[in-house]
Amino acid sequence: MSYVRDVGALARKDLLLELRARDTLPAMLLFVAAVFVIFHFALPGTPSRLETTGFLWVAILFTALLGLGRAFVPEREQRTFDGLVLAPCDRSAIWLAKSLATLTFLVAAEVVALPLYALFFHPIHGAMVAAVLLADVGICGVGTFLGAMAVVTRARDLLLPLLFLPLAMPIVVGAVGASVSASPGRYLGFLALYDLLFALVCWATFEYVVAE
Amino acid sequence: MLSARRLGKRYGEKRVLRRIDLDLPRGGFLVVTGPNGAGKTTLLRICAGLAQPTEGTIERAATRAQVGYLGHEPLVYRELTALENLELYGRLYRIPERRERVGMLLERFGLWEARRERVGSYSRGMTQRLALCRVLLHEPELLVLDEPYSALDEAGAELLDAQLAELRGERTFLVSTHDPARVEPLASDRLALAT
Repeated sequence: MSYVRDVGALARKDLLLELRARDTLPAMLLFVAAVFVIFHFALPGTPSRLETTGFLWVAILFTALLGLGRAFVPEREQRTFDGLVLAPCDRSAIWLAKSLATLTFLVAAEVVALPLYALFFHPIHGAMVAAVLLADVGICGVGTFLGAMAVVTRARDLLLPLLFLPLAMPIVVGAVGASVSASPGRYLGFLALYDLLFALVCWATFEYVVAE
Repeated sequence: MLSARRLGKRYGEKRVLRRIDLDLPRGGFLVVTGPNGAGKTTLLRICAGLAQPTEGTIERAATRAQVGYLGHEPLVYRELTALENLELYGRLYRIPERRERVGMLLERFGLWEARRERVGSYSRGMTQRLALCRVLLHEPELLVLDEPYSALDEAGAELLDAQLAELRGERTFLVSTHDPARVEPLASDRLALAT
């Protein structure tokens, strides 16, 4: 129970910081909207559902990357990591809280992205929304973990995409499959399995990421 | 409370700490002095559990919850208010009667009136006072204070003097300073580091 309270306190802090600083969510919203407008005007004729689904996932992935890159910026710029690491809570609570905060921002960006996709390209359907939600969990869990690793390095802006994009490939495969397949069940199952597996790995090893 | 043998620390090729032995009994007050670059901060970070030595051993009879660390950074969020910062740490340290404790410390360090202002609007001295509130919030057994008087005005320094004197003997202190005369009356042991 105390673990849940720790995660709650840390996630609340992250949401409050964003509410005050407003430097992540507005950027994500503008980026994802701009990408769809650009795709809309750049694509010739009427692109197929298969093609536009690919664009949707490219847009989601890069929007997420924008948020993930900023996830640990307050801790880096204000050097508050030491305070969190010294606190007696389980250190994985820092990862989980940060993942939840980033998930909130990503879902907020998708609330704009999906209607824009439907407006410019093709209608969205239930399996697509389920794929988006399952993919979000994996993206934020893995991305936050890698963000914590990258933030302590000098090449952090370069390192995060280099580490994250290869690990996000299975998410793209599962998500695109679930979005276009006539039987999306197995793709959704694959995404759920990915989420579970990587969440366990991140939860169990985050301690070593933040310890010197 | 703290015992170190042949403690050393290297960052790659650069050696920042060499063969430090120290014994700090419970209730002791160790003052660490030395010029810039002598390794004071590194030693204190190792003693607080924030860094690992690359040579030697250290034994600490205090858990993470029993350590209070004041570093060169205040470890508070600028976009949050003083109250929100201390509430956050109070929750993470599971402090009973958190609100009362937070209020008492803010009052004691003269920050009560500014408690709802964002820390980003604080002066350096006010931020240091808030950092001291954060360190004392969970009533730690071992206090590791790196240059605690930095940025404090005379009133702030006197507040800290009084706080240290009150806790002297009850808690264990490891304090680094460029002004050893200030804490000399409280010191039980001294460690001078050289470059």
